[in-house]
Amino acid sequence: MGSSRSSLRRVPDGQQLLQETGFSAAVLLRLHQRFQFLDKDSRGHLRSEDLEAELSENPMGDRIVGAFFQPGQETVDFPSFVRVLAHFRPTEKNRTRGGEQPEPANSRNRKLKFAFQLYDRDRDGKISRTELLQQVLREMLGLQVTEEQLQSIAERAIQEADLDRDHAICFDEFRKSLEKVNIDHKMSVRFLE
Amino acid sequence: MENFWAGVLWATEIWLYLIVCLIMIPAMFGFSLGISETYMNILVQTLEWATLNIQKANAEEESAKASASNGLIQREHGSMEKELGELRRSRPKPPVGGDFTLSDCFYFTRRGIESIVDDEVTQRFTSEELVSWNLLTRTHNDFQYISLKLTLVYGLGIFVRYCILAPLRITLAGIGLTWLVIGTSAVGFLPNCRVKFWLSEWVHVMCYRICARGLSATIRYHNKENRPKKGGICVANHTSPIDIVILCNDGCYAMVGQVHGGLMGIVQRAMVRSCPHVWFERSEMKDRHLVTKRLTDHVNDKTKLPILIFPEGTCVNNTSVMMFKKGSFEIGATIYPVAIKYDPKFGDAFWNSSKYSMVSYLLRMMTSWALVCNVWYLPAMHQQEGEDAVHFANRVKSAIAHQGGLVDLQWDGGLKRAKVKDTFKEQQQKKYSSMVVGDDSSSNSD
Repeated sequence: MGSSRSSLRRVPDGQQLLQETGFSAAVLLRLHQRFQFLDKDSRGHLRSEDLEAELSENPMGDRIVGAFFQPGQETVDFPSFVRVLAHFRPTEKNRTRGGEQPEPANSRNRKLKFAFQLYDRDRDGKISRTELLQQVLREMLGLQVTEEQLQSIAERAIQEADLDRDHAICFDEFRKSLEKVNIDHKMSVRFLE
Repeated sequence: MENFWAGVLWATEIWLYLIVCLIMIPAMFGFSLGISETYMNILVQTLEWATLNIQKANAEEESAKASASNGLIQREHGSMEKELGELRRSRPKPPVGGDFTLSDCFYFTRRGIESIVDDEVTQRFTSEELVSWNLLTRTHNDFQYISLKLTLVYGLGIFVRYCILAPLRITLAGIGLTWLVIGTSAVGFLPNCRVKFWLSEWVHVMCYRICARGLSATIRYHNKENRPKKGGICVANHTSPIDIVILCNDGCYAMVGQVHGGLMGIVQRAMVRSCPHVWFERSEMKDRHLVTKRLTDHVNDKTKLPILIFPEGTCVNNTSVMMFKKGSFEIGATIYPVAIKYDPKFGDAFWNSSKYSMVSYLLRMMTSWALVCNVWYLPAMHQQEGEDAVHFANRVKSAIAHQGGLVDLQWDGGLKRAKVKDTFKEQQQKKYSSMVVGDDSSSNSD
């Protein structure tokens, strides 16, 4: 088959992304093809509509799409696309790294941070009751539950995790409440080689 | 100056005589002079030589293992209940207030990312990557300079394709279409009698043969005894509009489709004069009952030709078969399945309608080397007692996929274009909410 190393030339920031994200060249190429498919008008970037089409079935669809876009931006280019997806690589167990190297995107901590930001819409570092109630829960449950049920669910969720009694969940509290969950397995996508 | 124009005129005359003798007359009467076979032999040998050269050059570099027929990821197939249950195992179930945890988002997020990245469906809509190179850069996405010889051959190939083959083919296509319009209109003047039917068939087949020569198409038909008969419906997998030319080279069918304007409209109106086809107005297509009724009427009239339908509804890249729409299977007529498989070595026949318009697609076809395909006629199938249309459609689809060596997929070809409806999202929300709020009676939902 034709060599993919040289085809990587056509991928924007190809070599850099290889090192940064840890994806293999083959997977990066396929992701680029997929990106080009999603980019229906061949603009070189994706808008939220392009991603929403794939997530129309998912109750958290809007939140996931929002995670791809930087605040204030309406488009996402290929390197940013791949950097978000890099969070979902399975964690490598025996990877040794020096102290200066930045934390890889698929570490447990980074995965948790990604999930935290799905809840924390305004990115102020805390999941407040209103955020949880109106934005996340309402989206996930749609019209299937009443307002009272929604309130009691949100109230209880915050009570469970909120350790410093400020009626909001900060990142450390979030992490603590999920320490028993196998994040690596649940927040990873199996990319084929 | 006059000599120059006289010379040009003379050259054009010779050109046309050659075309008529060497191509049109054999096409009209269905025999072959052996020119195509020689051409194909030379072509195959050249392509093999080119492939060997490329493989030698690439032997040192490490090659990507990604196979074109697998998806990029492997999806988790656990149900919502199972996965959420596992996520919640770490805490006791609270007695009141509903069972929601912050970890619930992991399940949905992972599924969402899988959907964004999963390209199993889109793999079928991009053209097949060839293992060898057929001297067309359009099928090999990465042209590298390997040797002077190879580049020269490639350059020669371009010259041959664009300057010799393309004008020839365009001329032929033009002649074929014109003859189709004139011939069918002429036949249409005759009163309804057996001679008329015979003449109309002859005109149709002849024009399609000319068009096939116009594309340098080599078609091999297998199992001709299963050819579709009158009063039935012929069903085939769809790769490009050329499928019609391919199938009609060996038999006469009634077409089904939308009424178009312009050139296509002229052709459609002419064709309908000599034998009945089923053309729908755009507004009529929305009314499913009307469509079904017209098709049923046509099928019940035993003197009318078998209907040709492509149930996938869209063009697929010829490595797989997508979901068949059940409309044509509800009519209750005999179904004659046909499998069409193109040989990608000589040219990619797939029409990617979101990337290329019809005209640019046809030009691409005419500047390819050739078109080689195999057509298998499968034994007739009937809807069985108590079998519903969807099940029947799937059965036919599997038979076609199996025969043509294509992958049998459950995906809807329409996913290429349409947005999925909102009701899917509601279903997911319902399921999830029943897990969060839950009934008091049971701990597992449906």
